[in-house]
Amino acid sequence: MTVQQEIRADTWTVAGRTFTSRLIVGTGKYKSLEQNAAAVEASGAEIVTVAVRRVNISDPTQPRLTDFIDPQKITYLPNTAGCFTAEDAIRTLRLAREAGGWNLVKLEVLGEAKTLYPNMRETLRATEVLVKEGFEPMVYCVDDPIGAKQLEEAGAVAIMPLGAPIGSGLGLQNCVTIRLIVEGAGVPVLVDAGVGTASDAAEAMELGCDGVLMNTAIAEAKDPVLMARAMKSAVAAGRMAYIAGRMQKRRYADPSSPLAGLI
Amino acid sequence: MSLDGSLGIRVNGEHRRVPGGISIAEMVNGLGLDPFRVAVERNLEIVPRSHLRDVRVEDGDDYEIVHFVGGG
Repeated sequence: MTVQQEIRADTWTVAGRTFTSRLIVGTGKYKSLEQNAAAVEASGAEIVTVAVRRVNISDPTQPRLTDFIDPQKITYLPNTAGCFTAEDAIRTLRLAREAGGWNLVKLEVLGEAKTLYPNMRETLRATEVLVKEGFEPMVYCVDDPIGAKQLEEAGAVAIMPLGAPIGSGLGLQNCVTIRLIVEGAGVPVLVDAGVGTASDAAEAMELGCDGVLMNTAIAEAKDPVLMARAMKSAVAAGRMAYIAGRMQKRRYADPSSPLAGLI
Repeated sequence: MSLDGSLGIRVNGEHRRVPGGISIAEMVNGLGLDPFRVAVERNLEIVPRSHLRDVRVEDGDDYEIVHFVGGG
């Protein structure tokens, strides 16, 4: 296949579901559900992450996310944000499966509130239980190539290492380990957390990741809808650059104009 | 159960009184919610949607009723 054909046919598949967009966006922190929906539209995302929370029984007439982002058109990926133990995460996802009716979920088990770093022992334990129960967990994890392998062996359908702490916008702090995870993985790898601006998303894709998941970088931009468009372009550009194959780095200059015929 | 036949239950951490003999679907409806757009956990066990009309609310039940909200 030529590079042109490769770009045109460039899809990725997770747990048997095939997607064209490699950008997954969160649905938190937006000023309104209208803005949220507009940003999702502009991002071109086919998957959005959602949280599972108690219904407000004192005011059941509050607007619902599903009224603005249609779960028939956009795949809802329920997360376990805020869960600090395997048990809490499993309980949350059992409810999510009942609410949504599908098995594809995002597992995250956090270790502490300050860094929101994953607790890998609990994450691995939860992955094992969820897989036994028929879930297909995409798993948020630390940038540890060995830990990533263990998650894959436990049945994770995608590995989602952080590039920097959740909501920090610091950009990828760990290009070497992200690349090691990409090289070792037999399932899709997506950078989840840490992206701050478009170049960060492009960088993740240039490393060979299958996709990028972000929330705050779009939601907290001055113009979230414009940033969503920027992220769509950045993910596409980074992906194309990865497929195109970047030039080798040199330590010194190499002239671009021919030396022959110089006057 | 009280003298008037009503039941005391907890929903999302709040105490509620509901009439005796109603199904979970009726209880959820009574809260102004569509039982088929939420997920219901009763005493820490998921109640499948297909059973919401069949299972009766019991005195002392503890319910969690959840749905999807924005999140990252």
